[in-house]
Amino acid sequence: MERIPILKMGPFLLVTIQVDMHDRLAETLQKDLSERVVKDGARGVLIDISSLEVVDSFIGRMLARIASISRILDAETVVVGMQPAVAITLVELGMSLEGVKTALNIEKGMEILQGSLDVETGGDQDAHQEN
Amino acid sequence: MADKDKSKLGEILRKYESELLEHWVNEQLSSVTFRRDLISEAQLREQSSEFVRLLGQRIDGGNYTDITTEDWGPVREMLTSVSDSRAKQGFSPSETASFVFSFKQPLFDRLRKEHGKDADALAEDVWVASVLVDKLGLYVGEVYQQAREQIIMRQQAELLELSTPVIQLWPGILCIPLIGTLDSERTQVVMENLLQKISETGSEISIIDISGVPAVDTLVAQHLLKTVSAARLMGADCLISGISPQIAQTVVHLGVKLGDVTTKATLAAALEVALRTLGLEVKSRQK
Repeated sequence: MERIPILKMGPFLLVTIQVDMHDRLAETLQKDLSERVVKDGARGVLIDISSLEVVDSFIGRMLARIASISRILDAETVVVGMQPAVAITLVELGMSLEGVKTALNIEKGMEILQGSLDVETGGDQDAHQEN
Repeated sequence: MADKDKSKLGEILRKYESELLEHWVNEQLSSVTFRRDLISEAQLREQSSEFVRLLGQRIDGGNYTDITTEDWGPVREMLTSVSDSRAKQGFSPSETASFVFSFKQPLFDRLRKEHGKDADALAEDVWVASVLVDKLGLYVGEVYQQAREQIIMRQQAELLELSTPVIQLWPGILCIPLIGTLDSERTQVVMENLLQKISETGSEISIIDISGVPAVDTLVAQHLLKTVSAARLMGADCLISGISPQIAQTVVHLGVKLGDVTTKATLAAALEVALRTLGLEVKSRQK
């Protein structure tokens, strides 16, 4: 069964969506991600959609759902690399991807996630890692 | 019977070419609508004689009704070049078409002389000649219109190109100065260009400056807001600057909701916000 690979980058998880998503694949991804967030104690999820030229309402809902699930598990989600054509289509469709943060690329996405972490720990990462 | 009459038309044109020409040129020169300021007598004479000559050559071929066929090519070409040159000189389309229509007078006069008492033959020939001249006159008018359309289309394309430069003010800050009237098509192009540049350069802030836009209507405002929404979806943001007092009043009057889009009166003010957002600051050097 095909699965979308999930990579670990420090306290974050990275997912790159490159293929057409269908129901089964989306469900599997949600399941895998939630399990990994808990297992790795991840504090953030980066979803890279730079390869997607078309995003429909199905994918939009999937992204929003992943974000909600992750938040409950104490991880923030950032969607990165949205192509201009996709953004225009989503706006025309009236979809605002509520509750989903976005960034232009992975670096900026990580900055956002790191920023939120720093705020939480009061900027003192060392104290946190000593555990 | 019909053939005999029709062949007379061609015959007459060739036999009386110089008389017809003389009569026609005088008619045109003495007409109240003659544009002495735009065309010289010599040029008029040249155009007229060319027309009569080609017409005479053509008519003998037998086809008087369909001027779109290949054998009417030389006449059409000649009329096209007359139309083009007159358009450049500043003639209106009807003035240009009148050039051809005015040929009827000398032609009918000559036909009357030739057909003498034969009313039927005269009526027949006059009719054929009239229809033919009408078609040629209309052709001239159409050619004129087409040339105009091409100019308009070319200018529209140029206008489109003029309007969409995206400038990088600073790493991470883009600026797009909009100039002129924004219509749906242009705004679409602007939107796509900007979003593409945002993606390419990874710039988080774009400043859309509308100082050069004289007026904004609901449609344009909506397009701008859509651009901002799309940029935000991508992970960037937009500021709108250069809002004139008039536009500000129009926007409120139209009830357009700007939501939480930051708007500034000047580009400088917007730049300041952008720098601050990126955590940058401009300081004077210590002396």
